[in-house]
Amino acid sequence: MNQTAVGEVEKLVDPMLPQLMSIRKTVWETDDTFTIQLEKADHYDAEFTFLPGQFNMLYVFGMGESALSISSDPLKPGTLAHTIHRVGTVTTALSQMKRGDVIGVRGPYGTNWPIEKANGLDVCIVAGGIGLAPLRPALYSLFRRRRDYGRILLLYGARSPLDLLYRVELEQWSKLYDVEVLVTVDRSDSTWKGYIGVVPSLFMYIKLDARATIAMVCGPEVMMQYTIAEILRRGIPPEQIYLSMERNMNCAVGFCGHCQYGPKFICKDGPVFGYPHISHLFEKKEI
Amino acid sequence: MQKEDLTDVLRKHPFVGDLEKQYLQLLVGCAKNVHFQEGEYLCHEGEAADSFFLIRTGRVAVEIHAGHKGKRRIQTVGPGEVLGWSWLISPYRWHFDGCAVAEVRALTLDGKCLRTKCDKDHDFGYEMLKRLSHVFQSRMEATRLQLLDVYGTR
Repeated sequence: MNQTAVGEVEKLVDPMLPQLMSIRKTVWETDDTFTIQLEKADHYDAEFTFLPGQFNMLYVFGMGESALSISSDPLKPGTLAHTIHRVGTVTTALSQMKRGDVIGVRGPYGTNWPIEKANGLDVCIVAGGIGLAPLRPALYSLFRRRRDYGRILLLYGARSPLDLLYRVELEQWSKLYDVEVLVTVDRSDSTWKGYIGVVPSLFMYIKLDARATIAMVCGPEVMMQYTIAEILRRGIPPEQIYLSMERNMNCAVGFCGHCQYGPKFICKDGPVFGYPHISHLFEKKEI
Repeated sequence: MQKEDLTDVLRKHPFVGDLEKQYLQLLVGCAKNVHFQEGEYLCHEGEAADSFFLIRTGRVAVEIHAGHKGKRRIQTVGPGEVLGWSWLISPYRWHFDGCAVAEVRALTLDGKCLRTKCDKDHDFGYEMLKRLSHVFQSRMEATRLQLLDVYGTR
């Protein structure tokens, strides 16, 4: 067995071994969504690095693991964070953890948003609900080299004004980084002065240079389905559309098949896909 | 505003901008410019729907009364969009309140005037109906998506 082969064997084993990390801080974004900041709690010297769009497996000992997108700045060392929707056993346990509590972290896994490919182009980011979390690292990366990109548009939808993530940052992004931010909610009372309606309806209010625009989309699948139809209607070529998919994951390294999506595995072929690679699967109800 | 000016304004609105010249002239005869401050109502549920609006700037919130839950805003209508189609459907009553959430400039079209012209010129009527059908379809799609409550787990 040569050196490369040995390396490959090691890779097959190591991905299942979690690093220990402790909770540094928990910030509640909404009444059921929170962001945990993590710091190393073991003896690994290496800095935790990741690419925008990748995810980790977070292991609450005695409870189980959950695949969760990384929502922090990939270029800011020591700030690893996950924004988590409290929906099940593991995420509820994570929400109850205190500063210093230790969890296991495996990762990062999966494909990333095409930040390099966006060079010189306008970038249209479309997020629904918790889907803004995996797109936040992409936004941070774009901001680092703001001049390398044209317009940056962020179309973001949530259930209600109280369900909006990163409310303070949304305003800052608009002011500091010249991001055109359009936020819509599904319903509201009369205190909300912004848009009300579904995310695809926001395209009515923007003008796009379709050939020079790259789109990155993340949100509930049905929302992405309607959004992509709208993006295609606006003339953005399919090969310039990227989306992040979600399925239940178990191993996160393409062994177990839990996240199989047609011939693809969301964990290793995704979660970020170029639209042409999955367009034939996207509207199939069976998958 | 002169009729020539109104024609220009109509031409700039996506709902009717590409209509043939003679149809635009029919519309001009029923149209006028209107302006609403933030907080003003363009229409009220139950009142006669004797007009509709082509929004030029600003934003209108569509409000419905949800019993003891009070008023709920379920949609906003913005620049380039159409507010109201009850002018076309008997008994011609508004089914919601429309409140300007940002200063609104719009064209209002007299529903009765337009219905009469649609009845007289069926080609024109069909053209208007096709355009409104597109509005119906997109609103219905949006409503379906909202009903799915795709972000919610509660």
